[in-house]
Amino acid sequence: MAAQSGFKRAKRISGFLVNLVLTLICLVWLTPAFGVFVTSFRNSEDIFKTGWWTVFPHRAEVKVGEIKLPPDVDVNSVMTVEGVQATFEQLRQGIVLPDGRKLVWFGNKRTRTIEVYEKRWVGFDTNLTLENYRNVLSGQEIRFKGADGKEILRMGNNLGGAFLNSIAVAVPSTIIPILIAAFAAYAFAWMNFPGRKVFFIGVVALLVVPLQIALVPILQDYTRLNLNGTYLAIWLAHTGFGLPLAIYLLFNYISELPRETLEAAFIDGASHFTIFTQLILPLSVPALASFAIFQFLWVWNDYLVALVFLGDKTRVITSALAAMVGEKGQDWHLLTSGAFVSMILPLTVFFALQRYFVRGLLAGSVKG
Amino acid sequence: MSKDSLSGGPLAWLAANVGRILISVFVPVITFLVLWQGFIFLRDSNAPQLVIVLVAILWGVGGVAALYAVANWLVEQLPAQWSMRLQPFVFVGPALAILFWFLALPTLRTLDLSFRDATGQRYIGIGNYIFALTDRVMLEAFRNNLLWMVFGTLFCVGLGLLIAVLADRSRFESVYKAIIFMPMAISFVGAGVIWKFVYTYKGEGAGISEIGLLNAIVLALGGQSQPWLQLPPWNNFFLIIIMVWLQTGFAMVVISSAIKGISSEVLEAARVDGANEFQVFWHIIIPSIRGTLLTVTTTIIIFSLKLFDIVRVMTGGNNGTNVIANEFYLQRFTYSNAGRASAIAIILLLAVIPVMIYNLRQFRERRAF
Repeated sequence: MAAQSGFKRAKRISGFLVNLVLTLICLVWLTPAFGVFVTSFRNSEDIFKTGWWTVFPHRAEVKVGEIKLPPDVDVNSVMTVEGVQATFEQLRQGIVLPDGRKLVWFGNKRTRTIEVYEKRWVGFDTNLTLENYRNVLSGQEIRFKGADGKEILRMGNNLGGAFLNSIAVAVPSTIIPILIAAFAAYAFAWMNFPGRKVFFIGVVALLVVPLQIALVPILQDYTRLNLNGTYLAIWLAHTGFGLPLAIYLLFNYISELPRETLEAAFIDGASHFTIFTQLILPLSVPALASFAIFQFLWVWNDYLVALVFLGDKTRVITSALAAMVGEKGQDWHLLTSGAFVSMILPLTVFFALQRYFVRGLLAGSVKG
Repeated sequence: MSKDSLSGGPLAWLAANVGRILISVFVPVITFLVLWQGFIFLRDSNAPQLVIVLVAILWGVGGVAALYAVANWLVEQLPAQWSMRLQPFVFVGPALAILFWFLALPTLRTLDLSFRDATGQRYIGIGNYIFALTDRVMLEAFRNNLLWMVFGTLFCVGLGLLIAVLADRSRFESVYKAIIFMPMAISFVGAGVIWKFVYTYKGEGAGISEIGLLNAIVLALGGQSQPWLQLPPWNNFFLIIIMVWLQTGFAMVVISSAIKGISSEVLEAARVDGANEFQVFWHIIIPSIRGTLLTVTTTIIIFSLKLFDIVRVMTGGNNGTNVIANEFYLQRFTYSNAGRASAIAIILLLAVIPVMIYNLRQFRERRAF
């Protein structure tokens, strides 16, 4: 009996420890992103002055008053202030009163001013603003205040436009390769043609090719065709780089669909095209969805391909954000809000479709 | 194929194959031309961006779908025997053509370019490879990639394993796992901004307070604030932390599903026999998921070999943080040396191939869907 309860207690303690360790790890994981999230809503002036953690209630020294020394006090000898005796040098350093308040001399001797500080809870009245988001989305001139309160004028980075460009790049770059791959996977799985095996092995072999290999020659082709910087160029590029994996995954799925279903349709006189569009595509929705999510995120988050093939007019969100890091490295109010604009869509997809998302990412882990 | 050629005679065989080839070429060419027209329209119109984006999506996606339908219709008009022969190539032709243009051919062309000079005009022998394997810049990149491979992979897999094992014993498993996995949704550029903010450094001076988390913690502990990203060789580790933050979720999810696959009877039996939790971990869990651990490790190794975005955004490869993929980018786009860039790309390919082959073999057994 006693052993039983001891065992139970040990189990409860270990359960508590497990949760404690995991909670700590999760806090470490969340804090960097959370800091950026908080910062993106702060005033530019505040960001330059204090860390983001100061928006939370905390104890800090707050100025509560000023003492102006009367003209008859000699600042060059020991002075008596608020019942304590101190020299100018000591006051410069700051002295703590018995009641916890702190006296600090302001400026040089001639000011004759002593500031009084007290430890108080602050951070309940933090100014939060949406101004950073307005500025970062805009492509016009923007104004904000620097650390010294002076107004700064910058050119906006037009993340709003970049966001739209990212959609125009990512949606077709997801659907086109899936469509092409689904047709090809169906042919490899259910149609008879010479060279089927050889071609399929070729497709799988291409999975090993890192996309750096393709960049230099494709760029030459695009320059010759005058395609650089267009949507078409990047759709085709993403299609090319995504196809081996898409065909391979969809083949695995489509080839394992029950043979009887297809044979029944054939006997009813359906053509390959009808079977493919009416039967195979609807049956393959789980596989298509997983791959679609993987490919969409891959394209949305891609930086290298966009950097190489897209110009300024069709700039996507990752390159726009990276350009901001380069030219506005210390403007954290813009960088943080920009980072969140770039993450909002992938994070939404993540939380809405977590199961497909995980499956898609696992399946996509072999992408070359 | 041999059966066809016997029954139809050589002429029919020839015609069938020419037809097949024609259709394989024809379909992608039409695909391309129609897209091209839409592209001209999109390029020359001055409509609001939202309209352009919508038209682009409709045109791109609808265009490809329509082309398949048209090509298929054309083929179905042919006599039954021909239609049977050609239809597979309507289905598979575009994929093969695009793969040929974007992956197969470029591999050969990059190989060819790697033996030529900066502009790709003249053959210069193996000079580019000598550069890629012996130059000081490249050696530094190799060293850094090695650091990424060893430490990045070690931390990702180690932490992933730890979290997976612990989360398996908690009621809140799904919450923990969602939080750790979340960074996988974020781009490397976005993650770069997040961590740049953590590492930011303002320097010393009157009235300056550090706004970067790391420096604030170091100061609070009585240390000295540092420009973390400019301190070789440690800055590499600060960059590796970013990859650990991004990729641990991947390792954790894969390992976690492997742990769930261990039969509970075996675990119970061991515990009844008096094995403590550490013995269960080392003698049952680890051996049962060894295959999965290897796959995760190789996947992350490939990832760290091709790593580019983090370094590009955080340091641009300066201060001793250069990596192979970034040097490739610099050679091609900053120094305009296509030859050297190609040689680096080929080396990257050769480095990835063995790991990738192993991975694909594992992947086939694992069955992703």
